[in-house]
Amino acid sequence: MINLAWLIPLLPLAGFVINGLGNKQLPKSVTGFVAAGSVLASFIISLLIFFEVNSGNGQAVTVTCFEWFSAGTLHVDFSFLIDRLSVVFLLVITGVGFLIHLYSIGYMHADEDYARYFAYLNLFVFFMLLLVLGSNYLVMFAGWEGVGLCSYLLIGFWFKNTAYNNAAKKAFVMNRIGDLGFLLGLFLLYITFGSLEYETVFKSASTWPTGEITITVIALLLFIGATGKSAQIPLYTWLPDAMAGPTPVSALIHAATMVTAGIYMIIRSHVFYALSPSASEVVAIVGTLTAIFAATIGLAQTDIKKVLAYSTVSQLGYMFVALGVGAYTTGLFHVVTHAFFKALLFLCAGSVIHAMSGEQDIRKMGGLKKFLPVTHLTFLIGTLAIIGLFPFAAFFSKDEILAKVYEHSMTMFAVLSVTSILTAVYMFRLYWLTFSGSFRGTHHQQEHLHESPPSMTVPLICLAILSVAGGFIGMPSVFHAPHFLNEFMAPVYHYLAASETEPSHSFEWMLMSVSTVAIVIVIIATWSYYVKRNAVPGEEITFNPLTKTLFNKYWVDELYENLITKPLQWISKNIIRNIEIHVIDRIVNLGGEAVESGSSALRLIQTGNIGFYVFMMVAGILVMLVFKLII
Amino acid sequence: MNGILNSVSINNYVLLAAILFTIGVMGVLFRRNAIIIFMCIELMLNAVNLLLVAFSALHNDPGGQIFVFFIMAVAAAEVAVGLAILVMVYRNFTSVDINVLNKLKW
Repeated sequence: MINLAWLIPLLPLAGFVINGLGNKQLPKSVTGFVAAGSVLASFIISLLIFFEVNSGNGQAVTVTCFEWFSAGTLHVDFSFLIDRLSVVFLLVITGVGFLIHLYSIGYMHADEDYARYFAYLNLFVFFMLLLVLGSNYLVMFAGWEGVGLCSYLLIGFWFKNTAYNNAAKKAFVMNRIGDLGFLLGLFLLYITFGSLEYETVFKSASTWPTGEITITVIALLLFIGATGKSAQIPLYTWLPDAMAGPTPVSALIHAATMVTAGIYMIIRSHVFYALSPSASEVVAIVGTLTAIFAATIGLAQTDIKKVLAYSTVSQLGYMFVALGVGAYTTGLFHVVTHAFFKALLFLCAGSVIHAMSGEQDIRKMGGLKKFLPVTHLTFLIGTLAIIGLFPFAAFFSKDEILAKVYEHSMTMFAVLSVTSILTAVYMFRLYWLTFSGSFRGTHHQQEHLHESPPSMTVPLICLAILSVAGGFIGMPSVFHAPHFLNEFMAPVYHYLAASETEPSHSFEWMLMSVSTVAIVIVIIATWSYYVKRNAVPGEEITFNPLTKTLFNKYWVDELYENLITKPLQWISKNIIRNIEIHVIDRIVNLGGEAVESGSSALRLIQTGNIGFYVFMMVAGILVMLVFKLII
Repeated sequence: MNGILNSVSINNYVLLAAILFTIGVMGVLFRRNAIIIFMCIELMLNAVNLLLVAFSALHNDPGGQIFVFFIMAVAAAEVAVGLAILVMVYRNFTSVDINVLNKLKW
């Protein structure tokens, strides 16, 4: 079955071709079936491969599809590496992807570009699968670029709106800036190790001593790519703007899969980060800063999707902190649980927006509990999961991150603990303002409030179940339960020395109890503020200066625009355009004009006078004779 | 051995052929009447024939004389074609002055 691994990305690609070519011609039921069916088939194959890998010994299997190219000493195959890490990501991508495809069938049913949407979505799944399946950095990079492209296509899906197009452009350009760092890292990698295949590079790198400058630079350059793709400081501003796309797109791309590409890349390249403490430190610091920075912004946002977007940025920060302190499996754990509950939260938000006839401002919602029962329950489950209440998913994954960070640095631990509290605050703020209290929308909206159709609620329920049960794959040792994920992922780290001390049991109990108590306090406090005192945020002019700063996202977008975008546009308009007109165009015209003037001089030779022609013939023969005699 | 050329040296033949050829070239360049030009071309060809035969006699090589046969055949064919063209030109322009044919110019 592993040898059929090439089918996994191929099926969504086929779905892309069929739906892309059949836009506006295929009936909608066929489109939805083809799209969701191809991802489901990939999921089934991934599941079968998972069982095979689980019962194996953890060795990685390479499935070569074809020889890609060979130039000089660089020889690159288009091949896949199936090991325990890629199998986990395969399951998440195809599983959550399938649920989101199912959801989209209901969400997008009124859209006329139905087939194009599903074509892009399938193409995205194809590229993401390439990314995690690749056995060398080049296949990963192909997938890396491809998901950036599909992100652009899907964010700007409703392309008739200029603001959405700008958001799509912003996402793509920022991704590309990160990709420049990634590419430089690849070049350095190739120069140092002579190959881009994972097995070769890691085997060779593991013999290097710790702290070498080359490894540090490679790790940092690859991390720059990760900051672009996974929305960390300083390349995170595209993610909140990317909420312009359809909500299932936000769920799939900006919650569960594309933004986790950076995490996957770092876990895959853990050899470099383990060998370079300074690079790992940078990763951890950037993750910590991003986590708290984004959490503070999320406190003051009034668009339901923007709150979730900043929450995503913050949670990604958590994952990077985990990777930075060397807890790679913990980072993976949080990726998996985050995929479940963040996708759930986004899909619930989509359900709410769908019910509110397109309204996204939480100041205009309220009291939706009785109108949208299933959405309300699943959103509550998602919220409890993300803030880490026992026994929901993030309780285990986030607490594991906190425990590992505590061993590494007290400051980071303190910052991340504060961020956890902020997470609880803004998530419950979102929950109370949306679902409790009295309805604050228009009469027209109230008439159209309805629960979503089963095609949308069934994925919500599935994801809710996963958010509840997903944490059990990584139980901490205090519960005397096996940590399935750690055992599963152990063979991946065969190049690292056997690691870590266990955090003390008393510390674990203290951490768990303190976090639970803190969460309960936050729930009660937010309930009393937002529901009992009905403190709905007003218009922006009523905000105090602190709230205004948070609401305007610390004016980072304006900073980037004035510092980078405007000067570049000024340079290109005033300098480059002048050079183009006055220098380059003149040089090009010079060529043409030279030919023209030369030919207009030469044509005068053709006088039509026969005597002249004969004379020139004789003269020419004489010249030839003279030359022959001289030379 | 010298063959037939006992009394007159080869230089005289070369000189004669050169003078004939030069007169032919001058005629082609400076005369306006097309028929005269044809005659001058024939003169040039004959000068070359003379030279070929002289050298053939000098070296006792019949090759030169055989080549003269070829040249004569080619000259005859050329005259046939050339005079046909000349007749067509006269029919269109009622003149054999070559300066009349000056339309194919820039």
